[in-house]
Parts: sequence; C-alpha cells; structure tokens
Amino acid sequence: MSETLSRGDQLEGFLARVPIVETLGMRCDIKGDDMTTVLPFQDKLIGNFTIKALHGGAIGTFLELTAMAQLYLVSDTERPARTINITVDYLRQGRAEDLYARARVIKLGRRMASVTAEAWQSERDKPVATLHGHFLLKRS
Amino acid sequence: MDESIASLDKRIELMRQHMDGMTHVVPWARETGFKVTRVEQGHIWGLQPFADHLVGDIENRVIHGGVITTMLDNLCGMACAASLEEFRFVATLDLRIDYMRPAEGGRDIIGEAECYHVTKSVAFTRAWAYHENRDKVIATAQGAFAINKPRPKASLGVPE
Repeated sequence: MSETLSRGDQLEGFLARVPIVETLGMRCDIKGDDMTTVLPFQDKLIGNFTIKALHGGAIGTFLELTAMAQLYLVSDTERPARTINITVDYLRQGRAEDLYARARVIKLGRRMASVTAEAWQSERDKPVATLHGHFLLKRS
Repeated sequence: MDESIASLDKRIELMRQHMDGMTHVVPWARETGFKVTRVEQGHIWGLQPFADHLVGDIENRVIHGGVITTMLDNLCGMACAASLEEFRFVATLDLRIDYMRPAEGGRDIIGEAECYHVTKSVAFTRAWAYHENRDKVIATAQGAFAINKPRPKASLGVPE
C-alpha cells in the first residue's frame, strides 16, 4: 500500500493516529516535501492566564512534532525518528493567536539527522521560538 | 505586593499549601495533567500521570517527549520561584532536553527541577525525568530563565 501513497499522504495518515497531535490540535499543510504546520489557538494551550501567553511546553511540543514530521517527509524510514535531544529558544511571548511553524533538515545522515524548526504568529520575521534537535532514524 | 509572598520562606510555604493550585491555574498543564508533589527551596518535584491522549508513540504506548518538555519547563520555572529572594515572574529563555532512554509504555513519569544559580537577571536550572529514581533517567534538561522586573499587583498565581 505504501507504494501508492505519497510520503505526504503517509505522514498525514500517521499523524492522524497520534493522540498528542489531536490533543494539541495541530494541523499540517503539505505540498510535496514542503510543509507548514499550524497550531490553531485554543484556550487550553495557555500557560499564563494573566498575560494570555501560550505555554512554553505547548510551543516546544508543536516544534518537536514539526521537526519530526519534516524529517519523516524527506527521509525514507518506515517509522518516525526518535528524538536524541532538542534545544528550544523562546524568543517572544506566544500570544493568544494561531501559531505556525516550518522545519528544515540540516543534515540527513544514515543514522542521525539534524533539524531546525521555527515558529511564528502574525509576522513571519518575528519568530516566537526556534528549535534545534538531533534525531535517530529508525531503520528496520 | 501581597505580604504572603514577600519573603522566600513564606512563598515556599504558600507553594506547599497550594501544590494542586500551581498547575490548576495553568490550562496547558491541566490538559497534560501533571502535578506538583514536593516543594523545597530551589527544588521542585512533580508527577506526570500516564494518559492515553498524550501518547506520541502508538506502537509502544509512550507519551510524547513534548509532554516531558511541558512538565520540566514548568517545574524549572517553579524552581526559580522557590529560589528567588524577591518575588518575580520568570520567562524561559531556552530549554535543552536530552533523552537518555525511552519512557516505558503506560507508566507515570516523575519530574524534578532545581534552580542552581541566580544572577540579577537570569536563573539557571536543571531537571530530570524518570520512572523510579535519578539513577535511571529518561531525560535530563537544562534551562535558563529571564527574571522579569517586578510588576505591580504581582501574584503567585495560586487561587485566592
């Protein structure tokens, strides 16, 4: 079956079955090997009520999932990669609005990959947070 | 400022009395369901109960790493609050998480965070996630937090 489905279709089918993706409410806009992810705003994503800011953990989860999804899109492994480590830089407060992200696979090795991701809101050149991570590719 | 949070000792005492409230006022923490279980000066423990809606690895029924990020980020911030002499809000500058071994499917995860150094504007933290004890960690984390300038009407965020 996997021969007939594009990598993007496979990714969407996979993400649809992952509970945390649904809990977060994350969506993907995939065009070939190009993808932008969207985290539509919901009250439950808030970390601080007083200033109505998104929770750093929700932003971090979204970025990690985006990085993993992009890696899946450009690699040929059957299963998703496993996270070795991630560093998230929080650059601006995430406001009570939709959050978008894109990731780039910096290096795709045989066993490991290095990936960066960036999240933003209304202005593309004002990132809310960036992620840099290393992932272990699961070859069967 | 509220007298009850003016001194560190009083603040720690208040945090101990309101351990449930500390996460209850944080919507995303309520969604992931982690709880604060112990408060010492500059050191906080928490528990992330296993829940199906947090699973990231369907095959092995393991909760997603982002849920650990959420708990450790939050616990580190609280460790700062339990360490600063004066009450201040802190904001995560960065957080690095290293995964030592996968979490086991269907199991709760314990989190522990420590604020180990504080300067005028930055607090430095480290944290651990494990099933039983720190001898066998699932993940370690290190985070730096910006210490914000005092705000009028500061509150600890615990229910009145």
